[in-house]
Amino acid sequence: MSPLVEIRSLQFAYGDRPLLSGLDMVFPRGQIIAVMGGSGSGKTTVLRLIGGQLRAQSGNVIVDGKEVAALTLSDLYAMRRKMGMLFQHGALFTDLTVFENVAFPLREHTNLSESMLHDLVLLKLHAVGLSNAAHLKPAEISGGMARRVALARAIALDPQLIMYDEPFAGLDPISMGVTANLIRKLNDALGSTSILVSHDVHESFLIADYVYFLSQGRIVAHGTPDQMRESSDPYVTQFVNAQADGPVPFHYPGRSLAEQLGLSEHAK
Amino acid sequence: MMQTLTTGLAKLGALVRIMLINLGAATRTFVTLLAGSGALLRRPRLVTDQIHFIGNYSLVIIAVSGLFVGFVLGLQGYYTLNKYGSEQALGLLVALSLTRELGPVVTALLFAGRAGTSLTAEIGLMKAGEQLAAMEMMAVDPLHRILAPRFWAGVIAMPVLAAIFSAVGIFGGYIVGVGLIGVDEGAFWSQMQGGVDVWSDVANGVLKSCVFGVAVTFIALYQGYCAAPTPEGVARATTRTVVIGSLVVLWCDFLLTALMFS
Repeated sequence: MSPLVEIRSLQFAYGDRPLLSGLDMVFPRGQIIAVMGGSGSGKTTVLRLIGGQLRAQSGNVIVDGKEVAALTLSDLYAMRRKMGMLFQHGALFTDLTVFENVAFPLREHTNLSESMLHDLVLLKLHAVGLSNAAHLKPAEISGGMARRVALARAIALDPQLIMYDEPFAGLDPISMGVTANLIRKLNDALGSTSILVSHDVHESFLIADYVYFLSQGRIVAHGTPDQMRESSDPYVTQFVNAQADGPVPFHYPGRSLAEQLGLSEHAK
Repeated sequence: MMQTLTTGLAKLGALVRIMLINLGAATRTFVTLLAGSGALLRRPRLVTDQIHFIGNYSLVIIAVSGLFVGFVLGLQGYYTLNKYGSEQALGLLVALSLTRELGPVVTALLFAGRAGTSLTAEIGLMKAGEQLAAMEMMAVDPLHRILAPRFWAGVIAMPVLAAIFSAVGIFGGYIVGVGLIGVDEGAFWSQMQGGVDVWSDVANGVLKSCVFGVAVTFIALYQGYCAAPTPEGVARATTRTVVIGSLVVLWCDFLLTALMFS
């Protein structure tokens, strides 16, 4: 069976600033694939390219056999109905209750009766453990809960592909474990494919089937979590073991401190 | 000398080019917004909710301003008309000023400040909170779902608010002119009845406020939609809504007056 998402020799730049170059990635159906890397390595951009919110300068993004960049706007929207995306901060609609947030995609894309919709939304909320919080506003719940509501909203239409943008960022250890568990359980229960963008090594390795490491716009390593743990690649070792210095330097590149202070001129 | 001239020209060219690009982008957004408005016929609730938000909550400021503008018109009109001994025409003066000019224009300016800014801030903050991006990923076009209902609500609310402004203003002129100064009540109303034409005065005023409704609401929505997703970005967009909105209203008013009443 062909993979659900395929990225081939992709180049992407924001204006003149190149971000991704020569990217090749495969996301097979039914799996959870983690895309890992430091902040600013272009992980989120990969998700936006798959969702068609950005267009690459060259290369292909193929979702379910279709080239995303070649789709018309209406085809793109049809494709997105089969996708769910969890945004980094949840991106809940602040003027709607938790219930209405989850009901939103259902109201927009289906003609379900009000009672059917009510039951369906409660089931989705139950799956993330929040059916009793249905009446609350997003401002009244914690960050971890907001993330789970956003997850319930993302899976409201039973998507083929679920994309997670930093689902663990800013969560306490318990919420983190809960979220990781949910991602695995939902993926298997819905029979969907998940792309997990994260820099959290422990939780991601626990649930992912395959891992891509992204650094400075390139894939530097990929394999199963076990292979990555064993890897001797210096970047992977630095990342997995959270070492402060390594191939990724501690200092932002540029002039040395001595030069900045004007000391090197005195030395001459 | 030659060089300063060429750099100056180049800067001017760049400025014009950026302006044209912005105008083109705004026009494209406007067309997309109109094209997606058909779906609202099936869900009128989206528009009526927004009319409530935009229209009802602007009612107080519009009514109070209308009353005071009416007071002032009554006083100033009386002083001027009295010099020529034609203070009976006060009702006509108040009614014509309000229906032709002050009603639509002042309502539009107040609307830009009261409702336009809140629309810009709302859309800008939705963008900053990734809510618009989330909507796009849910296969819902925010132009159709968020902007279009607000746009039509503004276009519908504006003439109604302008009519309320004019009506309250005429009442204010009546209070000052007839109640306080003592202009003959019969003359006040009958001169107004005889001199105000329902088509050339009232309908033209309504037409004006419809045009202002389109302009102000779209400017407010577009500024929010294009705002940089940061606190400064939203602040700047809100300011631009009021500045650009007010200037466009005044410029459109001059153009429409020249076309309608010449």
